[in-house]
Amino acid sequence: MNNFQYSRASDVADAIRLLAADPGAKLIAGGTNLIDLMKENVERPSRLIDISRLPLRDIEETADGGLRIGALVPNSDLAYHPLIEQRYPLLASAILAGASAQLRNMASVGGNLMQRTRCPYFYDTTTPCNKRSPGAGCSAMDGLNRNHAILGTSTSCIATNPSDMSVALAALGALVHIARPSGQRTIALTDFHRLPEDKPHLDTNLGSGEIITAIELPPHGFARNYSYLKIRDRLSYAFALVSVAAALELEGNAIGEARLALGGVAHKPWRSLEAEAALRGQAATPDHFGRAADLLLQGATARSHNGFKIDLARRAIVRTLMQAASATPQSQAHKKIA
Amino acid sequence: MNAYVGTSTSRVDGRAKVTGAAKYAGEFAADGLLHGFVVEATIARGRIARLDTSEALKVKGVVDVLTHARRPPLADKDEAWKDEVAPEKGSPFRPLYDDRIKFNGQPIALVVAEDWETAKFAATRVRVEYEQEAFATDLESERDKAEKVDQPHKPRGDAAAALTRAAVRHEADYVLPSEHHNPMELFATTAVWDGSGGLTVYDKTQGVQNVQKFLCSVFGKKPDDIRVISPYVGGAFGSGLRPQHQVVLATLAALALKRSVRVVLTRQQMYGLGYRPMTIERVALGAKPDGTLDAIKHEAIAVTSRYEDFSRNDTGWAEQLYKSPNSNFSHKLVDLDVSTPCDMRAPGAATGVCALECAMDELAVALKLDPVELRLRCYSDRDQSEDLPYTSKQLRECYARGAEAFGWSRRNPAPRSMRDGKELVGWGMATGVWEALQMPVAVRIVLTANGHAEVSCAASDIGTGTYTIVAQVAADALGLPIENISVRLADSTLPQAPVEGGSWMAASSAHAVLGAAEEIRRELARLAKAMSGSPLADLDAANATLTDGMIASSEGRGAAVSIADVMRHSKLERIEKEKLNQFAEDKSHARNTHSAVFAEVKIDEELGIIRVTRIVNAVAAGRILNTKTGRSQIMGGVVWGIGMALHEETVMDHRFGRIMNANIAEYHIPVNADVHDIDVIFVDEPDDRINRLGIKGLGEIGIVGVPAAIANAVYHATGKRIRRFPITLDKLLE
Ligand SMILES: Cc1cc2nc3c(=O)[nH]c(=O)nc-3n(C[C@H](O)[C@H](O)[C@H](O)COP(=O)(O)OP(=O)(O)OC[C@H]3O[C@@H](n4cnc5c(N)ncnc54)[C@H](O)[C@@H]3O)c2cc1C
Ligand code: SF4
Repeated sequence: MNNFQYSRASDVADAIRLLAADPGAKLIAGGTNLIDLMKENVERPSRLIDISRLPLRDIEETADGGLRIGALVPNSDLAYHPLIEQRYPLLASAILAGASAQLRNMASVGGNLMQRTRCPYFYDTTTPCNKRSPGAGCSAMDGLNRNHAILGTSTSCIATNPSDMSVALAALGALVHIARPSGQRTIALTDFHRLPEDKPHLDTNLGSGEIITAIELPPHGFARNYSYLKIRDRLSYAFALVSVAAALELEGNAIGEARLALGGVAHKPWRSLEAEAALRGQAATPDHFGRAADLLLQGATARSHNGFKIDLARRAIVRTLMQAASATPQSQAHKKIA
Repeated sequence: MNAYVGTSTSRVDGRAKVTGAAKYAGEFAADGLLHGFVVEATIARGRIARLDTSEALKVKGVVDVLTHARRPPLADKDEAWKDEVAPEKGSPFRPLYDDRIKFNGQPIALVVAEDWETAKFAATRVRVEYEQEAFATDLESERDKAEKVDQPHKPRGDAAAALTRAAVRHEADYVLPSEHHNPMELFATTAVWDGSGGLTVYDKTQGVQNVQKFLCSVFGKKPDDIRVISPYVGGAFGSGLRPQHQVVLATLAALALKRSVRVVLTRQQMYGLGYRPMTIERVALGAKPDGTLDAIKHEAIAVTSRYEDFSRNDTGWAEQLYKSPNSNFSHKLVDLDVSTPCDMRAPGAATGVCALECAMDELAVALKLDPVELRLRCYSDRDQSEDLPYTSKQLRECYARGAEAFGWSRRNPAPRSMRDGKELVGWGMATGVWEALQMPVAVRIVLTANGHAEVSCAASDIGTGTYTIVAQVAADALGLPIENISVRLADSTLPQAPVEGGSWMAASSAHAVLGAAEEIRRELARLAKAMSGSPLADLDAANATLTDGMIASSEGRGAAVSIADVMRHSKLERIEKEKLNQFAEDKSHARNTHSAVFAEVKIDEELGIIRVTRIVNAVAAGRILNTKTGRSQIMGGVVWGIGMALHEETVMDHRFGRIMNANIAEYHIPVNADVHDIDVIFVDEPDDRINRLGIKGLGEIGIVGVPAAIANAVYHATGKRIRRFPITLDKLLE
């Protein structure tokens, strides 16, 4: 661990000022990811700007019937909030599929969006990693890559984004509200994370000096036909090998609106408008779900050890859509797969 | 009198543990305590070309940085570095000894500072340059270099010929990965400097006297100079049998700086200690059409370091279990650029029996025989390696009781035939076996006139419940309530005990308590007789009994005198007796514990998800001293067995010779969601030959057989035989 300065931001503007004043500074919210990385000397911030006491903890209804969720709302508060449980159960389920109760109590919405990959080479400063040290090379490419990306990879990085929450947010069409020195901006969650391309050190499109202040959920929550299915190496407390967020609008057995996003397979939550369009107007059958899965997985490629994820993802997509269609969403408390 | 032995007495140290009153090695305070942080090598083999500590030394609060070039003297003969548990062959690792790098993660410097964070920060300022050398860490690619080691099991008959002519044959490789112990408590040592050259060393260890002797020989100290204490251990499972790096480093720093020093390893650094070595197990079985075995061949190839030959008995277990006129066992080692492996719960058996029991299942399928029936047809009433009878062996009863509790008779033998909704159901079973060892242990009992007794011994309680069983046995032997017994353990100045391991401590410490209590009883009898007007004037010491605080004659003539009165009359405040218990050598019988494990899995085949929904483990291990702590031991073993079957694996990148999942987020062990019903059955196994109390020990038997039972259940559910552990979903989907 490196030595660092510590400041507590008094308000959002103060945090932005502090960020601008010190290019080596980092925000800290729950600290559950940042502190781990600091202990491993992966992150070496010169200053921690503590935002955990800023008034960004509200969950409010928006004028159009959606919800605005403050960036510092703890993951567990969000998952158990009545409005989320009732109107956006897909989001509640995805959050509860992640980490452990203790971590979810500490983790914030903003921190969850910003959590970094779990690629083992990224964590081990003695091994080459482009994400940690641009230009050093990627150890995972021909190394231990069993849980690496199959979609949207580049020749410089095949890491995945590990967040469960983000997968549900992507499916729900959430927006990210950002404060910056020159004011505010809002971007779609699906544009928030980026693909590695030749700059794997950049996980997101958040600019330096910018702060996430809130996420916004559109009115439509898909509360009836949804499911979040997470496949992992033990039945709880492990990062996804593949996860699927599915949400459907059903008229009898006919699909109206459809949403589908994958986690654990790419540098960002993976959504394909084409796959969703292919579902619209179709009957909710395994065949149609399989076709959507194929579209969503179009272009998937494997390295030496992660080929199984392509087939697994296809099966998981079909299963999750079936769970959603039959209104028997995957329970996160009972590990038997519905 | 057995008021306590055999009951489910709660842990006597339970309250101290849950309230935090129990102190662990890293929690002892000392004036002016310094903190050491270990710097580790980041290459697998070579030498240190340059080690620059100047930047680290400039950090405020840093007191010193010890390296091979800057340290007090260390012993230079291998003998001095060989602790009680060191492998016979080899040259034990010496931390900070010279510039050689033998494994990735090897300690190469110790930064000592006024506080831990400063030491940790300064450690990042130590600059190291290496001369790297070619290295190898991959067992599978180096398999051809395996060399045979001596094993106790001699070949019988001609296994190769018998295999060739066998009516039914099965032969396969089973691959078991390296695993790390990951005890909850981090390895830690607090070395307290007494101001005049002496040290009290609080260490996380399974054997304080082993560590004490080791430190004295490594640092050239007299026995009185160093005292080692380890009152509580937060799990060790074999990782604390040998003195670990941190105890050498803390002692080294304390001697160098003449101050108290604490060294705590991080979770990641603990992956540089010992581990269960990866093995490739080749098992060949040949059977006659009637389902009896004619040939067993079992060869294990295991990892060891280049500097020590660590090997355990992976391959002889069939000698205990299955009758076969022809057998051949061999254990081979491959030297790699890694640290020396070490014992881990049921070393040799957890892996070797896993392979054997998977192979037996495959043979049962080939013979179209029920797996339990096959084992009964091959059942051996004698230990075939020495052709000896057992002191007791209730394995048949384990099969029967386990099968009944599990409902085995309702099993449809056809793979893929049982279902529960979307899930395939699989039922599998396996046998477990371990040794019933016993060692010399001495115990001191001090009985005071207020009816209290202090029982002390250098043995450790590594969480298994030694405090509790010692108190139980002492309470019964002295006829006192258990509340009146206090137990002191794990201080090197206390009466002699070996390391706590191998499942030998329950039997060994219990009989040592009996021996010392016997001396107390004789003394009380002598005093009682001598009291003026004693109602016990013609008491024969051999027939004296101690019950409810009274001494009486077992011939039962009614007269009894309170122990307190005896002591008061004799004007004695305390009676102190110490006795070393040696078990009579008896080579006429084999001594083993056995088990039958039955497992149910439910598998979502489409997604490859395995749930272990039920385990029944029927164990025959002599008399169970404490059914509560005993059951916990077996449950812990079963959970670990689930991990071995499905989760645990130390993953190394052989390009770097580095472990890449050195933390418990990525090194998976079962979590609550992975653990369902566990039914522990203790099968009655009276044994009046093994020792007076008929105790065999329970530390290891609980894990043995569990991984195989699960793997066999996975086969029964899916028809897929997975021989490379752990059974992760990608292997099932293949
Ligand atoms: C053992 C373990 C298991 C886990 N398992 C899972 C899992 O299964 N699924 C899952 O999804 N997650 C998992 N997590 C990750 C967990 O969800 C994240 O650590 C957590 O969400 C991060 O939130 P935080 O508030 O603690 O972030 P911090 O650690 O405080 O910050 C993380 C990053 O976000 C930045 N940041 C924080 N707030 C803001 C803001 N408002 N604006 C801009 N930047 C900000 C920080 O600068 C930092 O770079 C696991 C973590 C651990 C340690
Ligand atoms: S996959 Fe990305 S994070 Fe992992 S080693 Fe390669 S560059 Fe680094």
